[in-house]
Amino acid sequence: MNRPISARPSVSIKAVDKIWTPEGRTPVEALRGLEFDVAPGEFVVLLGPSGCGKSTLLYMIAGLEGVSGGSIVCDGLPVTEPSAERGLIFQEASLFPWLTIADNVAFGLSIQGVLPVRRREIAIEMLKRVGLGDMLDKKPDELSGGMRQRAACARALAMKPKVLMMDEPFAALDVQTRSRMQDFLLQIWRDSGASILLVTHSIDEAIALADRVVVFTARPGRVKTIVPIDLPRPRPTRDPRYHEYRDMFTELLAAEVDRAFAEQEAA
Amino acid sequence: MTMSAQSVPSGSPLGGSLGGGKLPVRSFPSPAAKRRLTSLFWGLVSVGLFAAIWELLWYVEVANPLLLPPPHMFLQDIPGTLKFFDRSNKVGHMATGGGATALMATAGWTMFRVFTGLALGLVLGTAVGALIHYIKTFRNLALGTVLLLAPISPVAWLPVAIFVFGIGDVPAIFLVFITVFFAIVLSTGAQIASVPKNYLHVARIMGATERQTFWRVILPAILPSLFMTVRLNLLGAWMVVLVAETVGVGSGLGQITNMARATFNAKLVFFNMAIIGALGFLSDWALREFQRKTLWWVAPGEGASR
Ligand SMILES: Nc1ncnc2c1ncn2[C@@H]1O[C@H](COP(=O)(O)OP(=O)(O)O)[C@@H](O)[C@H]1O
Ligand SMILES: [Mg+2]
Repeated sequence: MNRPISARPSVSIKAVDKIWTPEGRTPVEALRGLEFDVAPGEFVVLLGPSGCGKSTLLYMIAGLEGVSGGSIVCDGLPVTEPSAERGLIFQEASLFPWLTIADNVAFGLSIQGVLPVRRREIAIEMLKRVGLGDMLDKKPDELSGGMRQRAACARALAMKPKVLMMDEPFAALDVQTRSRMQDFLLQIWRDSGASILLVTHSIDEAIALADRVVVFTARPGRVKTIVPIDLPRPRPTRDPRYHEYRDMFTELLAAEVDRAFAEQEAA
Repeated sequence: MTMSAQSVPSGSPLGGSLGGGKLPVRSFPSPAAKRRLTSLFWGLVSVGLFAAIWELLWYVEVANPLLLPPPHMFLQDIPGTLKFFDRSNKVGHMATGGGATALMATAGWTMFRVFTGLALGLVLGTAVGALIHYIKTFRNLALGTVLLLAPISPVAWLPVAIFVFGIGDVPAIFLVFITVFFAIVLSTGAQIASVPKNYLHVARIMGATERQTFWRVILPAILPSLFMTVRLNLLGAWMVVLVAETVGVGSGLGQITNMARATFNAKLVFFNMAIIGALGFLSDWALREFQRKTLWWVAPGEGASR
């Protein structure tokens, strides 16, 4: 549990700009001068109005997209291409429907040439960890949305990632499932020791999960402020400080959403 | 006597499927089994009604039995009718043996041509479609020709098929191939382009090479809808194979049609039509079962079993 405090951040976002230049359309400045670090094993939540570039940032950290300016450094190495050490989980589980759950979890392992018997062992272990030990040979469409998302976690965890990124992973789930999934995620996070970067629209989710919340401005996204959540887990929802955080985030977001609207109308 | 003894087994597929239909009764609460029984029931009613009207028209002497012999007539003399079928697949070979095995051989050759043509069309169509999608030079060189040839009816290819491949199985298989090939080529690119981006992202993050991504992600993602294209063209495939057999092959069910027409044998015409109908139905069922077993991840709306 006592991790040495490493001077080297797990992810370091250094003055990152991103300008999308879609073919035949006007370029979009998604992110401008973004700067913050994620410590090893830290749980960071990204909060901001939609369209401010949160997904874009995750894609760039994953190495699926390049930066337009600045750099992203993970464990001391600049990100140039995707790596299984930086797992990414989407709003839809995106499991392959032609593979069983166990084979989905083992997909990355099989790409890396791990032998079938060992793959299966790891898949079983991972699925047990996410509470799907009896779903090995089911097909993805036989699982509920929450189970599929847990299977997607198992697929990412099977690669022993140092950073796990999640783009609104629970947005499509109902409220009850959602809060169960948050508990589940905290447990996964403690077990794996990975840093987590999670995007959400939900202020409650941010307070429930984060060590620190990075609040984005409206597009072009910049860091508006970074708020450490100084409450014990599970977060005491009756605590007055919980409500102070809540009010603060509501205000911060409302200001940015207003600004985004004003800009849209001006344009 | 023998005739009626013969006509009992000919009715037995119905009896058999009804008997088979009883099996799910044990798990009768299953709504799927119930639904299947109901549709089987109405299917039988529908065919029965059609036959009854036909029989009635014959009975009241509206339908001339020489031209439009009703079912009981063309199903009656089955051994006699089967004399016209031949066991061999030799071109121009006139009926030697007849009998049920000859019928099966004749139907078998036709089915063989249909399925071989479809399989070749699927495999080569996907390959060419993928090359067009991925290789720019190839796209520039080939796409125009594909777009030009695609709308040509496969029947129009018949003379070409015979000029190039002569008489035999190959021209028939070629025509079936043409029926699906261009449709598959053209849809492959669109299907590849519509593979969910997140599938490709997962593959990249896991470190898959482009080749691995194609074989293990893109191909399984597009196969179900390509297979649907094959299924939709099954009817067309049956059509051209009969035309080809009539003209350029000299064996198979199409050749029987041709002979029956030439010899003015209405019973044989309708018997042969019944066989063709049953086989067409069976081959659609076979493709559906194949899809269910091997491409089980097809979206339910796309004609899968569920
Ligand atoms: N692949 C892309 N091509 C062009 N523009 C994009 C692309 N992805 C995102 N964008 C644009 O970048 C901006 C930020 O998008 P995104 O990162 O998805 O925002 P968020 O996830 O915060 O809602 C949006 O204006 C969006 O239209
Ligand atoms: Mg987003």
